[in-house]
Amino acid sequence: MKEADFEQRYAALWQRLEAVLDAGGKVPPPDERFPEHYRQVCGHLSTARQRDYSDALVNRLNRLVMLGHHRLYQRDSRASLQRLAEALAAFVTAVRRQRRYVICSALLFVVPALVMGVGAWLSESFAYSILSPAQAAELESMYDPGNDRLGAERDSETDLAMFGFYISHNIGIAFKAFAGGVFLGLGTVAVVLFNGLYLGAVTGYLTRAGLGITFYPFVIGHGAFELTAIVICGAAGLMIGHSLIHPGRWRRLEALRQAAAEAVKLMYGATFMLFVAAFVEAFWSSSSQLPVAVKLSVGALLWLFVLWFCFFSSLEARRESR
Amino acid sequence: MQASRLLDNHCSVETPEGIDFSQAMAGPVVRILAFLIDLGWRGLIYAALGMLAGFLGGFGLGLFLILTFLLEWFYPVFFEVFRQGQTPGKKTMGLRVVNEDFTPVGWGGSVIRNLLRTADFFPLFYVAGLLSMVLSRRFQRLGDLAAGTLVVHVDRQQAPRLDETIQPRMPQQALSRAERQGIISLTVRSRTISEPRQQELADLMAPVTGSTGSEGLARLRGMGAWLLGRK
Repeated sequence: MKEADFEQRYAALWQRLEAVLDAGGKVPPPDERFPEHYRQVCGHLSTARQRDYSDALVNRLNRLVMLGHHRLYQRDSRASLQRLAEALAAFVTAVRRQRRYVICSALLFVVPALVMGVGAWLSESFAYSILSPAQAAELESMYDPGNDRLGAERDSETDLAMFGFYISHNIGIAFKAFAGGVFLGLGTVAVVLFNGLYLGAVTGYLTRAGLGITFYPFVIGHGAFELTAIVICGAAGLMIGHSLIHPGRWRRLEALRQAAAEAVKLMYGATFMLFVAAFVEAFWSSSSQLPVAVKLSVGALLWLFVLWFCFFSSLEARRESR
Repeated sequence: MQASRLLDNHCSVETPEGIDFSQAMAGPVVRILAFLIDLGWRGLIYAALGMLAGFLGGFGLGLFLILTFLLEWFYPVFFEVFRQGQTPGKKTMGLRVVNEDFTPVGWGGSVIRNLLRTADFFPLFYVAGLLSMVLSRRFQRLGDLAAGTLVVHVDRQQAPRLDETIQPRMPQQALSRAERQGIISLTVRSRTISEPRQQELADLMAPVTGSTGSEGLARLRGMGAWLLGRK
């Protein structure tokens, strides 16, 4: 069949499909015969190529097939509460399945923090290996028991301003811990390790300075979410790094892709926890009106809750049984 | 398609329907331009938010920080998931993010490729991403490699139509497949190539047409029209 005849015979079908597909993405699925029409056009494309029809015609069909392919294989991208719940369930499952990475990441964070903390508590000069004297002075003024509000220096800013600050700063750090995984995990190790050291230095230094009474109640509440989330982001980064160093039976790129698909589930939950952490830090932890005992016990409960949620809740079982 | 064999920025994928279809991968330059356009849009939004925040004091500052954070990390995710893989910048440049099997990108892929933006930015100004793009076969930055996504050119709807005045003419001898393809291509593109160059090309086919210059070109076009099925 000559090209012109071919074009003439099917032009009506192509025009109809083009009209539907060019209308944009928000239109509901065209009609029930769409898959059938799409497959016909796929057939036309391969016929046109086989018969060496002109590039113009082949390109037109190729474009039509591309649009149809997108329409036919589009994912359900609607955002809903149910999807959020599913993401959390996927997160919990992934945390447990990848617990080796979570444990490694936790050790990477906790061990340096402990070493640095004990060191800084025993000797002031040890803390100065991480903290500059200016930072140390600022810390002391931040956790001065005489302050109205605790945490980062605040004058007239409201709690919401601090909420914004914690979000943009802390979540950024956690995301970097994840992204650093692409560099063979080195970036992740650096971020997690440094944050562990820093936390240790601050804790040790403030305890030594006798400000523990304001610092611990401040940190314990949001720390439950924030520290866990940083460890989990670190675990996600380590997964990616590990897949590159030791891809096993897969090609390195394929291993990276699979690890990333799993790691992103960890990131969903970690991001959620970081938002909660910022909220708690801005509106609860910083309050100095509440008695220390209340803050400590609520903080301890939050820790228990987070650990229970991540490792012992039945969310996973329910998901499996569905 | 002839072009796909010659140009290496085409990538073809076999679909479940059993056909190969191909798209042109977007190179670093267009992607940088698209990024700059997006940066401009975001800059405008930041400026507007900043002015608004100025009136609201501490409350405004908090709102500003939260919104800038969300824009910084999730602006591309939003558009890629809800707008068929096209941020405003990509739409302007005719680009689109797709999975490696050319299906639309979903939440997982989009989140991965945009969280890894920091790694691509490393150490500054997207040096790592640019290196990865140049070194990988399909112009993928690190985030694309991990997420299994591609940035492709969206074909525009424009078919150069055949000049209606050409008189079809039956070839007087058997033509090889390559000759037929060449003649058809020349005929279809007769409006986009300069006349002297076309004559030059037509002269190469003098054994087939039996004449040179404008006469040879006219005969060749006629054959092209005939081969395309015009009567």
